[in-house]
Amino acid sequence: MSQTTITHRSSEEILVLRPSRGWSALNLIDLWRYRELIYFLIWRDVKVRYKQTALGASWAIIQPFVTMVVFTILFGNLAKMPSDGIPYPLFSYTGLLPWGLFTKALSDAGRSMITNRSMITKVYFPRLAIPLASVLSGLVDFALAFVVLIGMILFYNYNPNLEYQVVLTPAILTLPLFLVLALITSLGVGLWLSALNVQYRDINYIIPFLTQFWLFITPIAYPASMIPEKWQLLYALNPMAGVVEGFRWALLGADTAPGPMVAVSALIAVILMVTGLYYFRRMERTFADEV
Amino acid sequence: MPDLAIRVENLSKQYKIGVSQERYRTLRETLVEGVRAPLRRFSPANRLSAANGAERNRIWALRGITFDVRKGQVLGVIGRNGAGKSTLLKILSRVTDPTEGYAEIHGRVGSLLEVGTGFHPELTGRENILLNGAILGMKRTEIERKFDEIVAFSEVEQFIDTPVKRYSSGMYLRLAFAVAAHLEPEILVVDEVLAVGDAEFQRKCLGKMSDVAQEGRTVLFVSHNMSAILRLTEETIVLDKGQLVMRAPTAAAVDYYLSSGYAQTGERVWTADEIPPEAAPFRPQSLRVLNASHRVVDMVRSTEPVTVEIEYALSAPVSGLRVGVYLLTTRGEQAFTSFDTDDAELYERFATRPAGHYISRFTLPPDFLNEGRYVIGVNASTFRVKRYFIDEQALIFTVDPAGAPGMQWQEPRIGVMRPRLEWQIEAL
Repeated sequence: MSQTTITHRSSEEILVLRPSRGWSALNLIDLWRYRELIYFLIWRDVKVRYKQTALGASWAIIQPFVTMVVFTILFGNLAKMPSDGIPYPLFSYTGLLPWGLFTKALSDAGRSMITNRSMITKVYFPRLAIPLASVLSGLVDFALAFVVLIGMILFYNYNPNLEYQVVLTPAILTLPLFLVLALITSLGVGLWLSALNVQYRDINYIIPFLTQFWLFITPIAYPASMIPEKWQLLYALNPMAGVVEGFRWALLGADTAPGPMVAVSALIAVILMVTGLYYFRRMERTFADEV
Repeated sequence: MPDLAIRVENLSKQYKIGVSQERYRTLRETLVEGVRAPLRRFSPANRLSAANGAERNRIWALRGITFDVRKGQVLGVIGRNGAGKSTLLKILSRVTDPTEGYAEIHGRVGSLLEVGTGFHPELTGRENILLNGAILGMKRTEIERKFDEIVAFSEVEQFIDTPVKRYSSGMYLRLAFAVAAHLEPEILVVDEVLAVGDAEFQRKCLGKMSDVAQEGRTVLFVSHNMSAILRLTEETIVLDKGQLVMRAPTAAAVDYYLSSGYAQTGERVWTADEIPPEAAPFRPQSLRVLNASHRVVDMVRSTEPVTVEIEYALSAPVSGLRVGVYLLTTRGEQAFTSFDTDDAELYERFATRPAGHYISRFTLPPDFLNEGRYVIGVNASTFRVKRYFIDEQALIFTVDPAGAPGMQWQEPRIGVMRPRLEWQIEAL
């Protein structure tokens, strides 16, 4: 497992298994060898997710859409929350997209080592494949919900009764970067939670609480511009803040480019992922014994 | 050494017992320990007792195992439950790390610690083949190439697009084994996967396994099924309490395994701690082998009758109880199974056995068993209701052939029986 070294000598693979101690290398080559397994795990996740549900994959759309409607009524109409000059439904739905990806990763990846216990105790494969597949399978839901966003943008653009016009700027080309940032954040948090969950089942109870708390500190129902200038960078320590602001800027052409904020968020996201990877690798060798 | 497939050197694995009992720690415990640990350091006496406690909570599942396997060799691994067989296979299949020592594996390893790993009940047979294949480390192209063969082997063609949750347990197992059987690693590590399914299926699995063995692949094969071990392997290692106690040609290893640990007294007495609580109200006391003059012996003569007695107590009345024995040879061949209420009349008379103290006894006729060593297993159960007690290797005894038919030829006779048959020779 951990300290496994594979050497090639006269075209023969020699595998050495010995006790591993301390921090081990990430062994991403092994993960690459098992890329087909990651693909199959994602495929299984997607296939199984909406089996035996009456509405099937439309759940991927219903969840953010209904949340958007509720937010619009409560925060947009009743509380008169500012939305940077963007129609409130569009404003909140754009934030809910990466948010959905993130929360799904939090709960699915966080529990993934437990739900896949039978595999972990019976077969070798790079354990990283499991939380990675959990995070990536969220992309399918994301894509479905994204189609609705495109529909909403078209609706606001070609409805002459509305004075608002979405201006697609070259900023849209940066959207994939913000998506990658969302994935890095999700993977980072997912890795930490999944590895901790093997040893401490408290994580199962922390996940719903954490999700709720995190929603409050992420600019989904409200704009980040509401946060006083001097607290902005502190606020950006939540990488999802940078992600959501970035999504709005790239897609809706919100006026201000989220410069330093995104930089801070990206830095934190990368730190989360790298530490998550190493922590996961360190704990990996005890997974089969403790899970 | 170029022809080496597996080299295991001083391999050890330690488990925390607390882990298996409580399954996981809570955050609170770790926090509390974290606070206590620095305080404890101030008191040397405390530190000592803490260290002892930690040592006591750990067990060595494997201790200093050393062996090697040549390329193309099929090596059996046997041992009682808890002897460390599964731990050894888990280390060799990279599921878990050793605590000490190392293992070297030359070639691509495939391991079958279980069939159907990762099967998802909501997915169809077809989908599960793809998924399970990938989990076992097969390439997608490889799975697709063998797909039809796998389906044919599993005999579930018409249900291949049905979710496996609708499969019968037999179909499920056949499909699961079919995928596993088509793995083609250079080294195959197999746990007790053949111990499942019906007899027909087991025969098929065993056939497939011996094909694999004959293809010149290296196989490490763990089983409780001695006839499977005898059929598939030439050499076997015996594990006991985490240690390797023997490596020998399979027949000798199986004999050693089946007969080790028994005082050769002709009597087996069960102590209180050997009886699981689930056995109640049945409490086995002793098992004895008696010769023709009613003496307890560990060696009987083939030409004399042999009596076997099981003494036990019932703390409450039991309906439909049957107390019986299995007899098998130390070569792993089954001789027979028999219960005290096999006879219809006795079955009626003892429909309900009141609480009390009993002996169930039978006598084998003279000229019944061939020479050799025999293992008696005990079973007390109510058919299809409950198995109170089972001890598959309760006692061992030896049959001496002196005076048996055919002794004028000094040759071993094959077979479990040595009957004195009334041959007639007619000159025509």
